[in-house]
Amino acid sequence: MNDALGDPQSVLVLGGTSEIALATVRALPRNRLKRVVLAGRPSPARDAAIAALTSAGIQGVSAIDFEAKNTTEHAVLINQVFDAGDIDIVLLAFGVLGSQDEGEANPDLAVEVATTNYTGAVSVGLRVAARLKGQGHGSLVVFSSVAGDRARRSNFIYGSTKAGLDAFAQGLGDALHGSGANVLVVRPGMVRTKMTTGMPEAPMTTDPEVVANIVVAGLRKGKNTVYAPGPLRFVMTALKTLPRPVFRRLPQ
Amino acid sequence: MSQQSPLRLADDEQLLTGWGRTSPSLAKVVPVSTVEEVQKCIEESGPRGVLARGLGRSYGDAAQSGGASVIDLQQMSSISLNASTGAVTVGTGVSFHDLLLATVPAGFFVPVSPGTRMVTIGGAIAADVHGKNHHVEGSFGNHVQEIKLVNGLGELRALNPDDAQSEEQFWATVGGMGLTGVMTEATFKMIPISSSLISVDTERCADLDEVMARMIESDSQYRYSVAWIDSLSASGRGVITRGDHATREQLPEDKRATALAYGPKALAKTPGFIPSGLLNKFTVRAFNEAWYRKAPKHEQGALQPISEFFHPLDFVADWNRVYGPAGFVQYQFVVPDEASEVVGAALRKLQSVGAPSFLTVLKRFGTANPAPLSFPQAGWTLAADVPAGIPGLAAALDELDELVANAGGRLYLAKDSRQSPEMFASTYPRLKQWQRTRDQMDPKGIFKSDLARRLSL
Repeated sequence: MNDALGDPQSVLVLGGTSEIALATVRALPRNRLKRVVLAGRPSPARDAAIAALTSAGIQGVSAIDFEAKNTTEHAVLINQVFDAGDIDIVLLAFGVLGSQDEGEANPDLAVEVATTNYTGAVSVGLRVAARLKGQGHGSLVVFSSVAGDRARRSNFIYGSTKAGLDAFAQGLGDALHGSGANVLVVRPGMVRTKMTTGMPEAPMTTDPEVVANIVVAGLRKGKNTVYAPGPLRFVMTALKTLPRPVFRRLPQ
Repeated sequence: MSQQSPLRLADDEQLLTGWGRTSPSLAKVVPVSTVEEVQKCIEESGPRGVLARGLGRSYGDAAQSGGASVIDLQQMSSISLNASTGAVTVGTGVSFHDLLLATVPAGFFVPVSPGTRMVTIGGAIAADVHGKNHHVEGSFGNHVQEIKLVNGLGELRALNPDDAQSEEQFWATVGGMGLTGVMTEATFKMIPISSSLISVDTERCADLDEVMARMIESDSQYRYSVAWIDSLSASGRGVITRGDHATREQLPEDKRATALAYGPKALAKTPGFIPSGLLNKFTVRAFNEAWYRKAPKHEQGALQPISEFFHPLDFVADWNRVYGPAGFVQYQFVVPDEASEVVGAALRKLQSVGAPSFLTVLKRFGTANPAPLSFPQAGWTLAADVPAGIPGLAAALDELDELVANAGGRLYLAKDSRQSPEMFASTYPRLKQWQRTRDQMDPKGIFKSDLARRLSL
């Protein structure tokens, strides 16, 4: 478990090649870190992530096969990870952006996005929460998005999956209140990663390292929700109050 | 069929922390009042195991175990004193407070007393606590004659330091942090006293060298000795208080009739809300200045009540809350005499991160006892409180750990909440031997604490 100064010993990354999650692992205090499990599809990217963390001086990095859409496999996987030892921090960081246009043209593609981002997260989130409560301590970090704060015409398929995920994670955090386990909901704006390569940059676009530092600080302070960058909180609060006819006319 | 949610809190589940109020974990708390109930709890142990907890005065994660059944022993509170031999047999949930209330008026005092009386006898054995008399009389375990313990197979065993069959298990239990079984009863020898007052000599020293020189010179003349150090002064000035039980004859005549009267009180309560940062370099500097000035330059034979001399921590109830919501750590190490310079280096290191500590205590230890995990060993021990929220503290304490380990020293498990498993294993060289004995006593690995998991015990 975390020691008295908040330094963790073990981390599970669901979505083991997520750039933001890997940046978060690198930003964690590592004096006591001895086990990092990257759960994701077997891929060169996953191998590279293990190598990168290991060469950054992090000990005990390993991988386990995980597919967010295959919810029937989640129970065995989560139990396997927790049976091997307590997990102090779980980063729920998988997700796909998909293409809004293609999704509108072919709803099966939209369903795929929803299954991965929302259904997969519900399946794995509940199982992780039960194990965290069972061990009596630990944090679940859920990477949501400001896209879920208010759905926009240009990406409401993705946005709605994040809205669902965000509401789920908040409820899960309330369910775990007082149990020693907690949920941190992270709402980043646009982040410069593979997922967003080639897209025009939105205002307040940031880097994975910035998000990572905000997550680590949020964990240390026991926060429920953080925005990255922080001032996005005020921008989103303002956006959420706009009447729909006005919101619709904003540049998408 | 309706199913119970695994996320729902049960009525008997509680968040537990140590005295430092850091790293809470949730456990099922099971109050017990008989050996049979202890055995039943062990038989029904789940995958997260079982741990006994007393009054939760260890500072870190020793008396908590996330997901486990944590046995609350406070109802195991019988006290049976043999006034002709001075031997007392108690339930392990008995606190020093309760024990002293029962025995001081009868003319008996505990053989070793920690700095608070809010510690149970079970906890005192599990942590092998020491007091101001360690340099002459050793730690609490040295005085224990028998322990009754329910082991990991649910069997009630009597452990005895003079019995070849059980001595190894006895010493594995002394200092064993509750990981060898659940102690239910203990017998130890009390010391006879003819008054409840302590005759105290006080000396104020202008710097750390003088404090240490005076303690080396004359500690052996005193049964009890300890020094308070002004952790924020560059010189390491301090106040040495030493003494022994006053005899009835040393009391003024009008006090002799009530020589054994004993009525300790907590004088103040910590207010309900404490902002973080209340304790800082400035407030603690002011406190330390006042504390230093309050002590007489040199005074001999002042009479103090037991509670004032032994239990200064009990004058303010819940004082652990003054460190605010982030909690605090207590750093306590011992180093051999040859490495006495580590004491000064540690004080400077804590000053360099701006760690304000008002309860900084220096003491000389005598020889170690046979318990593999017992903390005290001959040399110097320094204890300092540090608020957990200070930036850079983790790295500073890791550097201090290295200094202590290289000097042949180690940290006290009852205070620890942050050392690394490697630091622990390298400074307790008899860990493997202890683990072998523990595995005999608990072959199924039922006894678990957060500390045990953190340090891979």
